[in-house]
Amino acid sequence: MTAEPAAGTLDRPTPSLDSGVWSGVRWALLRDLRLALRSRAELGVQVLFYVIVVSLFPLATSPEKNLLALMGPGVLWIAALLASLLSLPRLFANDYADGTLEQIALSPYPLPALVSGKIAAHWLTTGLPVVVMAPVLGLQYALGGEALAVLTVTLLLGTPILSMLGAIGAALTLGLRGGGSLLALLVLPLCVPVLIFGAGAVDAVHAGLGATANLSLLGAGLLVAIVGAPLAASAAVRIALD
Amino acid sequence: MNFYRYSSPSAFYPLAGTLAPWFGWSASLLAIAGLWIGFGLAPTDFQQGDAYRIIFIHVPAAWMSMFIYLVMAFWSALSLGFNTRLSAMMAQALAPTGALMTFIALWTGAFWGRPTWGTYWAWDARMTSELILLFLYFGVIALRNAIDDDRRADRACAVLALVGAVNVPIIYFSVYWWNTLHQGSSISVAAPKIAPIMLTGMLIMALAAWFYSIAVALVRVRCIILERERGAAWAGLVAEPGKA
Repeated sequence: MTAEPAAGTLDRPTPSLDSGVWSGVRWALLRDLRLALRSRAELGVQVLFYVIVVSLFPLATSPEKNLLALMGPGVLWIAALLASLLSLPRLFANDYADGTLEQIALSPYPLPALVSGKIAAHWLTTGLPVVVMAPVLGLQYALGGEALAVLTVTLLLGTPILSMLGAIGAALTLGLRGGGSLLALLVLPLCVPVLIFGAGAVDAVHAGLGATANLSLLGAGLLVAIVGAPLAASAAVRIALD
Repeated sequence: MNFYRYSSPSAFYPLAGTLAPWFGWSASLLAIAGLWIGFGLAPTDFQQGDAYRIIFIHVPAAWMSMFIYLVMAFWSALSLGFNTRLSAMMAQALAPTGALMTFIALWTGAFWGRPTWGTYWAWDARMTSELILLFLYFGVIALRNAIDDDRRADRACAVLALVGAVNVPIIYFSVYWWNTLHQGSSISVAAPKIAPIMLTGMLIMALAAWFYSIAVALVRVRCIILERERGAAWAGLVAEPGKA
């Protein structure tokens, strides 16, 4: 796809074809992680947002334990979805605004590899904290040991899918009017299956069905997303850059 | 005759103008016939009373709502693959009709649900996936409106429509599965074998919905062509025949 390897855009020699994918992923991942870690306050605010949203639900509904245990998984999932959505603009928008994204697209690495790296960095900085916090927040919702474990595993499998679907939406809405709410309109309907399988796993455990089916479906979704989403997102990036 | 000629907007514009009235009038006549059969000839259902007659609108609209999304995705794929302008314009012209059909299906479904199920809205799998389909249509339309550059809008909407098309079956099955997991199908319309006259009415209405959608899409694509080809000499001649 790239016309000419632009020398000097990255301080690296032109990679060979087979090593190009992985070193591209690694390069983008390390770069975005480094950038994210330099604004730790922003990362902290995102985790706080997640915690606050989760904590508000009992205040708005009822502190009754059975009810909380019933809706806990859904609340945690919705909050994870919102936290992921809120941080999506950071994925491409800053790089797009200062022209870095154009240079990235010109680099000799395959663009899907670079986009994958960026998505992985997005998940590590927004999805992983959500997963780590989930068992603690689940305790607030009177969830028991097995339910907590299942919920955490579903978040671990599901939040990367949210990052990947979100990346497609973020790339499509680069530089557009009303980007934030438009992004939500594009991404949220696509996330419905993840939400259903994720939050449904705990219900299945409660119902005595076991969570295997949900976890398998989430895992399958994750694999499909890993194959398809970086391609779609990098196509969207190219469209935005034209 | 070379059909590829009609992939050019300037060649397709007059063709669409010729075809649109035919589809429009056929749709009107079929709708009159279908409604007459549905509301005049078909007998009252012994279980649901007259409320069942909503199916003559509801079922065709629901069929069209899903089918139009696929057609839109098909044109989007063509536009991405071959970089043809007219395909993208067709996709653009279909989106509002698809959204309308989805909305009609939901609305009439609610009106049918009230007397039959006792509620306007139940989180039934079909209703929920239809609602999400409506959101997907809105997403495509909103994305189109947010982008000023037509070519970028074409390609961005095409990517979104294709991602959505991959997702539609997954959404459908996930929602279906979600509802069956939560509760057994509490509301089951014990499907009696549908009377031939009802089936006839419904099929005629479905055909009417098809022709209506085609006619409206053709009229809309003509407007889109004129708007986007306004720089071309032929479009100027069409828009203002006096000023040659």
